[in-house]
Amino acid sequence: MTLMTKFLGASAATALMAGAAVAEPALIFDLGGKFDKSFNEAAYEGAQRWATETGGTYREIEMQSEAQREQALRRFADAGANPIITMGFGMADPLSSVAADFPDTKFVVVDVTWIEGANIRQIGFAEHEGSYLVGMMAAMATKSNTVGFIGGMDVPLIRHFGCGYAQGVKAVNPDAKIIANMTGTTPEAWNDPVKGSELTSAQISQGADVVFAAAGGTGVGVLQTAADSGILSIGVDSNQNHLHPGKVLTSMLKRVDNAVYDALKAGENVETGVFTFGLAEDGVGYAMDENNASLVTDEMKAAVDAARAGIISGEIKVVSYYENDSCPALDF
Amino acid sequence: MEHYLTLIQLLDSTVRLATPLLLACLAGLYSERAGIFDIGLEGKMLAAAFFSAAVAAITGSVWIGLLAGIAASLVLSAIHGVASITFRGNQLISGVAINFLAAGMTVLIAQAWFKQGGRTPSLMGGARFEPITLPFAEALRDVPILGPLYYELISGHSILVYVAFAAVPFTWWLLFRTRFGLRLRAVGENPAAVDTAGVSVVGLRFAAVGICGILCGIAGAYLSTALQAGFVKDMSAGRGFIALAALIFAKWRPWHALYATFLFGLFGALETRPDVIEAVIGMKVQGQLLSALPYIMTVIILAGFVGKAIPPRAGGEPYVKER
Repeated sequence: MTLMTKFLGASAATALMAGAAVAEPALIFDLGGKFDKSFNEAAYEGAQRWATETGGTYREIEMQSEAQREQALRRFADAGANPIITMGFGMADPLSSVAADFPDTKFVVVDVTWIEGANIRQIGFAEHEGSYLVGMMAAMATKSNTVGFIGGMDVPLIRHFGCGYAQGVKAVNPDAKIIANMTGTTPEAWNDPVKGSELTSAQISQGADVVFAAAGGTGVGVLQTAADSGILSIGVDSNQNHLHPGKVLTSMLKRVDNAVYDALKAGENVETGVFTFGLAEDGVGYAMDENNASLVTDEMKAAVDAARAGIISGEIKVVSYYENDSCPALDF
Repeated sequence: MEHYLTLIQLLDSTVRLATPLLLACLAGLYSERAGIFDIGLEGKMLAAAFFSAAVAAITGSVWIGLLAGIAASLVLSAIHGVASITFRGNQLISGVAINFLAAGMTVLIAQAWFKQGGRTPSLMGGARFEPITLPFAEALRDVPILGPLYYELISGHSILVYVAFAAVPFTWWLLFRTRFGLRLRAVGENPAAVDTAGVSVVGLRFAAVGICGILCGIAGAYLSTALQAGFVKDMSAGRGFIALAALIFAKWRPWHALYATFLFGLFGALETRPDVIEAVIGMKVQGQLLSALPYIMTVIILAGFVGKAIPPRAGGEPYVKER
C-alpha cells in the first residue's frame, strides 16, 4: 500500500513538475562514515538541522570503497534526487563525469574547487586560516616549545591543514619545533586509531606537548593518548572539545554543517560555481566552550582574535599549500 | 644516553604494535598446523575488539569484556569450523566470509546498541586494561642502563602483553612436547594416519580452531580495551593479514612467530619516528617509503632469506574418511 502511495505520489509529482520543489535531496558521505565525529558528522548535523527545521527528508549513503562513488552518484541522479550533495575530494573525478550526464540535476561538492561543470556547486574551505589560529594557540600553550601535527591520509588537503598550523605556530614562536607525521597513504589511514596513538606517543617522546590531529577516525586515538599522557590535543572539523573535557585545547572548526545546511535550504535553486569559505565568512574558526574554557587564557584569546581580524583584513597573509605545493613553515 | 632512551622508546612502541600481531599469528599457527587455513583472523579480531569494548562499556568490567570478546571470536571460529571441517567447504572462502561478516556486523550492532555511529562509548577506569607496573620498577627506575630498560620497556604494559609473550613458550611446549601437540601437528600433515590410530581428526581440528578463536579474542580485546579506549569501525586495520604474512615468515613455528611479529612491529614503530631514521642513515626518507617498508622487506626476506616456506601438507584440504 505504501509502495502504491509512493508510486502515485511520484507520478503526481512528475505531473506537477513546474515550480514547486518536489525532488528529494541526497547526501553522499565520504569513507570516514557518517559518524566520524569530524568531517562527515558535521555534514550530517547540517542536514539534520535542515530536516528538523523544514520537516524535509533526504536520502543518504555512506561510501564504503572508492569504487562505489560513481555508482552512488548515478543511482541518485537516475532516481531524480536534486540537489545531490557529496563530501570529500575523492568525489572530484566521479563527479566531473557524472554531472555532465545529468545537466538538469544540481550537484554540490565539499572540499573540491577545481572541476568543470555548470551544474556543480563547489565548496572549498580556507582550512589554512583556521589551522593558523589553532597553531597560534598551540604555540602559546606549549611549555616544551615543541608541538605536533598528525595528519590522516597523506593528501594535499591534509598538508594544507598542517601548513597553516605550522605558520600559526611560527608566528607566535619562531623557534618552536614542529613535528609532523602522516598516518598513512591509503584510505585506511582515516580509521586507524591504534596507529594514531603510536604516532602521538612517538611525538610525546620527542617532546611535543600539544598535538593537532587532522585525521578523521584516527584522531580519536590521538586525542585519547594525548589525554592519557597528560598533554593537550587539538580536534578538527567538528567541535571535539567534549571528547576529553579539559584535555582538548580547542578544535579547528570547519563549518561543513553550514555549507550542507545552506545547500539543502536552497534546494534545486542552489547557486552553482566555486565558493571558498574562510575566516571572513565564518567558514572556519576555533571552538570555545565550557570544556576548554580553563585552558584558553585571555591573552591567547586576544592574540588569536587579533590575528583573525588581521587575516580577514589582509594584513596577515597565510600561505596556502596549494599555491605552489610546498609549505614555507614546514617540510613534509 | 639520549640515544639509548630513544631506542628504549622505539622498542616500547614495538612491543605495543607487535602484541596484537603476535597473538593473531599464534592463533593462525594453531589453526594452520592442524590443517585449517584461516584468513578470517582479521574478522575475528575485529569482532572481539567490538564485543570486548561494548560489554566492558556496559558492565564497567574489562574482564567481562575480555570474556565477551573471546566468546564472539569463538562463535566466528565455530562458523569457520562447521563450514570447513564438518561440511568440508572451502576454507579460504569461509575465512573471507567471516571477514566481511565481522566488518559489517560490528558497525551495525554498535549503531543499534549505542547510537554513536558504529563506535562504543569511551571506556573509563575499570572498563579498560591499565598498564601494570612490575615489582621494583619504581625503585629501579634511576639505575643506569638497566633502570630505563626495566621501567620503560619491560614494565608498564597491560597484562595482555605479558599473556601474549607467555603464549609463545607455552605454544612451543604444547605443540612439540605433548601428545596433544603431536596429534595436532599430525592432523595437519597426514590426517589419515591420525585417523588410523583411532584419534578423531574432526575433534582435533575443532580444538585447534577453538584455540585460534581464543587467541584472536585476546588480540581484539587488546586493541580496543588496552591500546585504545573503545571500538572504532575497522580498527583492526589489516593486522590480521599482516599476522598471516608473519606466520609464513615464521614457517609455522612459535619462536619464529615471535621474531617475525617483532620485526613487523619494529617497522611500524620506525614509521612513527622518521627523525630517528634520518639521524641514523643521514638522509630524509619519504613517509610513503617508510609505510611501504614492511611489505618491501616481506618480499625481500621471503624471496631471499627464509628459504622455502612449506605449509603443513594437509593444509586447506578437508579430511574425507573414505572416497
